[in-house]
Amino acid sequence: MRNFLVRRIFFAIITLLIVSAVVFAIFSLIPFDPAALTCGQRCTDQIIEGNRVKLGFDKPLFMQYFLFLSGIFFGRSYGAGSAAFSCPAPAFGYSFNENACVTDLLREALPVTVSLALGALTLWLIVGVSLGVIAARFKNKWPDRVSSIFVLLGTSLPTFVTGLALLIWVTIKWKLVPLSLVGYTSLLENPFKFFQYFILPWITLAIAFAALYTRFTRAAVLETLGEDYIRTARAKGVKERTVLFKHTMRAVLAPIITLAGLDFAGLIGGAIITETIFNLPGLGRLTLRSVFEFDLPVVLATTILAASVVIVMNLIVDMLYAVLDPRVRI
Amino acid sequence: MSNDVILKVENLTKHFPVGGSRKKEVVKAVDGISFELRAGETLGLVGESGCGKTTAGRTILKLNEPTSGRLIFEGQDITNFKPGKMRPLRSQMQIIFQDPYTALNPRQTIGKIISAPFEIQDINPQGGLKAAVQSLMERVGLNPEHFNRYPHEFSGGQRQRIGIARAIALKPRFIIADEPVSALDVSIQAQVINLLEDLQEQDGISMVFIAHNLSVVQHISDRVAVMYLGKIMEIGETNALFASPHHPYTKALLSAVPQPDPRTEKTRERIILSGDLPSPVNPPAGCVFNTRCWKATDKCRTEVPELLQVGSSQVACHFPEV
Amino acid sequence: MAELLRIENLHVAFPTDDGLVRAVDGVSLSLNEGETVAIVGESGSGKTVTGLSVMGLHKKGAAQLSGSIHLKVGDSTLDIVTATDEEIRLVRGRAVAMIFQDPMSSLHPYYRIGNQLAEAYLVHNPGKKKEALKRAIDMLDLVGIAEPDQRSHEYPHQFSGGMRQRVMIAMALMNSPRVLIADEPTTALDVTVQAQILILLASLQKEFNMGILLITHDLGVVAQVADKVSVMYGGRIVEQGSADDVFYKPAAPYTLGLLKSVPRISTHGSERLKAIPGQPPSLINLPIGCAFAPRCEFTSYAVGNICATDRPELLGSSPAHLSRCHVAEATRDRLFVEELKEVRK
Ligand SMILES: Nc1ncnc2c1ncn2[C@@H]1O[C@H](COP(=O)(O)OP(=O)(O)OP(=O)(O)O)[C@@H](O)[C@H]1O
Ligand code: SF4
Ligand code: SF4
Ligand SMILES: [Mg+2]
Repeated sequence: MRNFLVRRIFFAIITLLIVSAVVFAIFSLIPFDPAALTCGQRCTDQIIEGNRVKLGFDKPLFMQYFLFLSGIFFGRSYGAGSAAFSCPAPAFGYSFNENACVTDLLREALPVTVSLALGALTLWLIVGVSLGVIAARFKNKWPDRVSSIFVLLGTSLPTFVTGLALLIWVTIKWKLVPLSLVGYTSLLENPFKFFQYFILPWITLAIAFAALYTRFTRAAVLETLGEDYIRTARAKGVKERTVLFKHTMRAVLAPIITLAGLDFAGLIGGAIITETIFNLPGLGRLTLRSVFEFDLPVVLATTILAASVVIVMNLIVDMLYAVLDPRVRI
Repeated sequence: MSNDVILKVENLTKHFPVGGSRKKEVVKAVDGISFELRAGETLGLVGESGCGKTTAGRTILKLNEPTSGRLIFEGQDITNFKPGKMRPLRSQMQIIFQDPYTALNPRQTIGKIISAPFEIQDINPQGGLKAAVQSLMERVGLNPEHFNRYPHEFSGGQRQRIGIARAIALKPRFIIADEPVSALDVSIQAQVINLLEDLQEQDGISMVFIAHNLSVVQHISDRVAVMYLGKIMEIGETNALFASPHHPYTKALLSAVPQPDPRTEKTRERIILSGDLPSPVNPPAGCVFNTRCWKATDKCRTEVPELLQVGSSQVACHFPEV
Repeated sequence: MAELLRIENLHVAFPTDDGLVRAVDGVSLSLNEGETVAIVGESGSGKTVTGLSVMGLHKKGAAQLSGSIHLKVGDSTLDIVTATDEEIRLVRGRAVAMIFQDPMSSLHPYYRIGNQLAEAYLVHNPGKKKEALKRAIDMLDLVGIAEPDQRSHEYPHQFSGGMRQRVMIAMALMNSPRVLIADEPTTALDVTVQAQILILLASLQKEFNMGILLITHDLGVVAQVADKVSVMYGGRIVEQGSADDVFYKPAAPYTLGLLKSVPRISTHGSERLKAIPGQPPSLINLPIGCAFAPRCEFTSYAVGNICATDRPELLGSSPAHLSRCHVAEATRDRLFVEELKEVRK
């Protein structure tokens, strides 16, 4: 187990380095002068050249990459003299558009996205897995039929449709949730406001995923119920309830958790639509804005962040799998 | 049966790497087997699951690359033949598989399946392809009118007949039959065994017949090789070997097979081996059978016994039964 | 000898898209204490379905059952066919236990062996976790697993095939059932391991005075352990009697055909096998008359065309040896004697 961990973490770090280098290289190939992007319309060559030196764009590419990496660990300062400013570690660069360290931007956006993803994940796991189990238990009976309609709707309706529909009906027509919520409140600060703020985005995201998880769980439960070891359990005289919730669910759990981990990682990088509809200042919207404004340091940082989350989640999922499935020896 | 040797296997080994890339462990699936096969002869290859029978068969046909050793087919050393050079020889050597349910492509008609060997070798049989295929179907006891049916429309025994028709299509000199009747019921099994015997006699085919069922092997083979953990323990003429087995493993194996005769079975003394087959990744040192052999001594645990002549068989044992 | 199980005129049918599959079609048999009764037959003849019926393991909607299965439970009997789900559940694993063909897939991959065994006890003795675990270790020891204490903490994948079948047997014995149903208990195992398991089963049977219903297609295994034999073909019993009668004085043409087609190990070379021609019947469209008629070589000895039109009953001059055939018993006796000489030379 220790060996496995050390090896996997080592490989995770290597992968991250490669990913960041590739992303870095791609961004440097974009035919824009990064220095020219740092100031507005009334730009003079002088300012541009000044910023170029300040931000290190005058240095060779590998040197820039090295500075970028060292910034993550040791912080980074730009310019010299009275105009100098610095970003403490971990520094991912400096956004001229926002006049802020990228890390600060991320620090504001990340909790929003994580709250969004975690809440939605919880919701869709509860709904999806329960519906899937019920559908399997009552295969071809009315609960199964109802859930299959849900699956069909959930998988075919795009997020922006469900999101907008919720927004229009729940907040505007029925006024169940106030429309203009200003600013993100953390759970610890004001739980009630937190839930009010997130409930619709959660539902929007969860519907699509819950449908997928219903389908997946139903199939997995049905397959497991046909296994020989389930027949063995019944032959022992185990209650049907125990057969379903203990013997079957134990086997179905591992693949569901794997799936959930990967889906969660995916959301951190890109719940763009939901964040846009509900005007959530999360990572997705941050990325979107910076793409439109050519705020390259931010795009670079969010891309690398999304990749890291995927890599780390993969690692966690593999470890969980080894814990859940005794046949996987690590 | 003539005395021409058609296939000669010398010290053949096949090792498969296992485990992670760091560990250099191998499964010694086949670990140095040697035998000769004469024209028209059937050699039975018996042993328990995992003893390397199937790997041996596949390696002899070069469906696996041998790890070491030599394969001489009709005087040619084919050990290092590349696939391109093997191709013309493929019509001479064929294989019949164990599982009649998965060995046939479900989306092809059986006419298509049986004509495949002709098409692969680019052979245009006299009288046309369809006629040739239909006469093959007739030979293996299938209704030629079922030319356009699909495998799922046939029973297990009939599917095995399809596999046999495919194997004999190009009049091969040599066939490997890998557990061809294990998945079949007794009454059907007997039909297929009889069919194989007839075809073999008519066409003078040499055959390596792989099976775990000793009764079937005795029935069909001229000579028998008993395998255990990738090695041949004993090889000899069938009736002599069954009448007086010299290797302790052969003896135990024979004694374990129940016969359909309650009067003798209920009272018969049996040799019951303890334990299971050891892992082929870490086979026991010395004689590989020593962990289950009731005669094992220190010598057995250190020295590998060689295959030596005992009576009319060759036996790999330090203390063979006489 | 007390009777532990009596199956009477059992029918099991499965409605499918292609039609009604009559998997078991009027099976009757009885099993006594300390006795081994074998059901032998080819694939799809209804052996497993019969065994599962005794365990009440068919799904309510999927299978149509009729007839009766009287199982001795304590001092009374329970008819599995009419009993409620809960009544059957309380009997399973306690009065009757079952071991299955494939020990590889019959154990739960995610639970420790000890816990899986203990569960069999706990289901019927709730709350006695400590006792259950102790009994699990005792049973593992009894079936010949070395270091049972330590091995009870391992998972199934750490056991070999033969060991897993031992574990399955240990699990079946957790509540000392009177009846054990063994469905092809050795088919997935190697011959040398098969020999070990058959001997283990026989010694446990003596110790617990169990009745064993052995389901197998292997006539050799039947010969080795069975006291009585029922031969099944197309969902029906075609011959029933003592092992000695069935093997040495077979009365049904199908039994004779089986005995002729098995290859045997002999000391004086072997002859051509006598195969039964044709295929086993489809259970959806059984022949109207005798199910074996399309493959039978004795139809000409029956009156007229009766084999094709009428279904023979399971009859016999002695109630201990029954067979299903229209040909007069005396005629068969005479004909089969010659045939049997061919079989055992
Ligand atoms: N749940 C089911 N639904 C439909 N048909 C079934 C079902 N279970 C069994 N059958 C059919 O019933 C028939 C008898 O099956 P069974 O499993 O009892 O045969 P068997 O004698 O045990 O054969 P084998 O030797 O292959 O185990 C087969 O045709 C099978 O396909
Ligand atoms: S060499 Fe020794 S261990 Fe091997 S079979 Fe002979 S007596 Fe047994
Ligand atoms: S009834 Fe007729 S067909 Fe059936 S076994 Fe007897 S002779 Fe054969
Ligand atoms: Mg069965």
